[in-house]
Amino acid sequence: MANRIPRVPVREQDPKVRATNFEEVCFGYNAEEAQLEASRCLNCKNPRCVSACPVHVNIPGFISHVATGDFKGAAEVIGHDSSLPSVCGRVCPQESQCEGSCVLGIKSEPVSIGKLERFVGDWKINNEGEAPQLPPRNGKRVAIIGSGPAGLACASDLAKAGYEVKIFEALHKVGGVLVYGIPEFRLPKERIVAAEVDEVRKLGVEIETDVIVGRTMTVDDLLDKEGFDAVFVGSGAGLPRFMGIEGENLNGVFSANEFLTRANLMHAYDDSYDTPIYTGKRVVVVGGGNVAMDAVRTAKRLGADAVIVYRRSEAELPARVEEVHHAKEEGIEFRMLTNPVRVVGDEKGWVKGIECVRMELGEPDESGRRSPVAVEGSEFVVDCDVVIMALGTSPNPLIKSTTKGLETNRRGCIVADEEGRTSREGVFAGGDAVTGAATVILAMGAGRKAAAAIDEYLKAKP
Amino acid sequence: MYKIVSKRELSPNITEMKVYAPRVAASAQPGQFIIVRTDEQGERIPLTICDYDRNEGTITIVTQTVGYSSAKINEMKEGEAFVDFAGPLGRPSDLLEIPEDELKGKKILFVAGGVGTAPVYPQVKWLHEHGVQADVIIGAKTKDLFTYVDEMQKVGNVYLCTDDGTAGFHGMVPALMKDLVENQGKKYDHCVIIGPMIMMKFASLATKEYDIPTMVSLNALMVDGTGMCGACRVTVDGETRFTCVDGPEFDGHKVDFDEAMRRQNMYRENKKTNPETHKCKCNG
Repeated sequence: MANRIPRVPVREQDPKVRATNFEEVCFGYNAEEAQLEASRCLNCKNPRCVSACPVHVNIPGFISHVATGDFKGAAEVIGHDSSLPSVCGRVCPQESQCEGSCVLGIKSEPVSIGKLERFVGDWKINNEGEAPQLPPRNGKRVAIIGSGPAGLACASDLAKAGYEVKIFEALHKVGGVLVYGIPEFRLPKERIVAAEVDEVRKLGVEIETDVIVGRTMTVDDLLDKEGFDAVFVGSGAGLPRFMGIEGENLNGVFSANEFLTRANLMHAYDDSYDTPIYTGKRVVVVGGGNVAMDAVRTAKRLGADAVIVYRRSEAELPARVEEVHHAKEEGIEFRMLTNPVRVVGDEKGWVKGIECVRMELGEPDESGRRSPVAVEGSEFVVDCDVVIMALGTSPNPLIKSTTKGLETNRRGCIVADEEGRTSREGVFAGGDAVTGAATVILAMGAGRKAAAAIDEYLKAKP
Repeated sequence: MYKIVSKRELSPNITEMKVYAPRVAASAQPGQFIIVRTDEQGERIPLTICDYDRNEGTITIVTQTVGYSSAKINEMKEGEAFVDFAGPLGRPSDLLEIPEDELKGKKILFVAGGVGTAPVYPQVKWLHEHGVQADVIIGAKTKDLFTYVDEMQKVGNVYLCTDDGTAGFHGMVPALMKDLVENQGKKYDHCVIIGPMIMMKFASLATKEYDIPTMVSLNALMVDGTGMCGACRVTVDGETRFTCVDGPEFDGHKVDFDEAMRRQNMYRENKKTNPETHKCKCNG
């Protein structure tokens, strides 16, 4: 019976309208829609969705509560494993995780797990319950570096286990990539991110902004002078990559990090804020990941014609399927199998175009994707005023360069085991600082594992 | 919140503020900078540290009004507070790396222009505290625009020059450098130049002629100041470097100043989102 109900569609802003504003694209389910969609879940004995979730949320468990209208119960079930359901419901790549392994997906469409998680998370934010019951403090203190998903997840678990936890954030706002990277139209900052951060604060976690660990204080200062018993490094992968091609330092070439930070963290799209942002008439974004989609859709909303240039074909686009779909609906032009070779400037040093070559797909490379090969003599110029490089990021060297004995690999990532233990005793790490740029949920998973390892370490420590 | 403990006008559009920021003051070193934000709507503005007092927990900044955000900083009053004051950022001056016994015999020249005079001060003061009396050239368009001369005279040998001859040597900084080296027989092992980009360019050309190793402190555009955005990219010796994490001091003989000047003006020409609807806040 349950199988016969089709997946409940989710309401979204009209693409023509939303391409001109920064309001959230997706409206999400209402209670009725959520209950109907929840009734589709088969409640499998061996739920494959749970093992496909990096933090192992009890998915059938929370969905069964949603189906009966017990949203509070659903929130409690998710709360055991995730402190950021409203965030994850919006930004997780569900199609390759929980929903990708849903049994219903074999013959029809998987349960809309992401949208249900989002519904429960938002319900919790809007129906504030009693303050959480906290265990007595155990007298041990843990410092967390970075207030992104890894740090927030690690902090929540440790606070729930009785530790005194303090997060140090380098920027002026809390949330890391959730506030500087992911745009408002995909993840509302005040309504959702700030609200979920407040939930973490309610657990007794203290957060201090404007502290750049590696400059304002070092990891050793935290352990020796500030009296913390352990440190978790969740400093993310903040350093933008460029292609190393001619013309990359022309005026009008930006990293996606710069462009998105101006728009998201600094609210440059809002004239009441002081930070400027520039798109010109036509923007080319180089790259095919979620960050490229965020940048190109932001440029479109700022009034520019916006184009994606990607060296592989559409099948290899690493972005979430939903983001690519939304971008297309909003009128983003996709130029696949196209690779930049040079940024072309005018006589004043401003961008006037980007020279590209056509690519063909060759043999699969180590990532399993067919590697692109340039077609000789196929150079052509795409006219534009702005070029945004969205080619990935690497970890910031500030912490590794100021922490003695902290091992890093050749990509600059901190070396840590599965549980987050680094080469330094008492120093743990997780998230993009360890893996290089990945996803919000993987970072949260790493933060949780490290919290367990920190707990084990401090319990064993005299 | 970071309270402005004291404020004084150094010249009509240059202001000095002491700001209470104990964590920054505890780690600040000569050559580093901070990022300040006036209010929730404010930009993140990088400013070089001009002095620090670890006991008081204060950092001194000097700001010249050049556009909307610097004007906003200079309009803040004593007793008011910045919403953010993050740092210290960037690498400390290379001088701090020189072993103390080697430092003693060094002949060091500082060249300061305009609002660059204040950031030179902590380096000269640091050397003075380490037994080295450095020569300091301070250049200005005219006499009234000099700042930090009294402070500097207490810690170094000061040489003044003005474009219009109203005080000190009549001429620009490179001409005075030439005079010191060629006519007064001065020899230098190291030079640090801080000031407007154009002055740093020409002063670096002068030291190159005399083969004096030279560092310049770049004031590139930045957003975060921690290595995240890459707005502060600069070409040094043919390679792209980030001013915020690799600098702010670089080899003055290897910096591509023309590119740096062009990039510094990126947002000057009303380059807001949409030129037709944008209400421009810059007065530059």
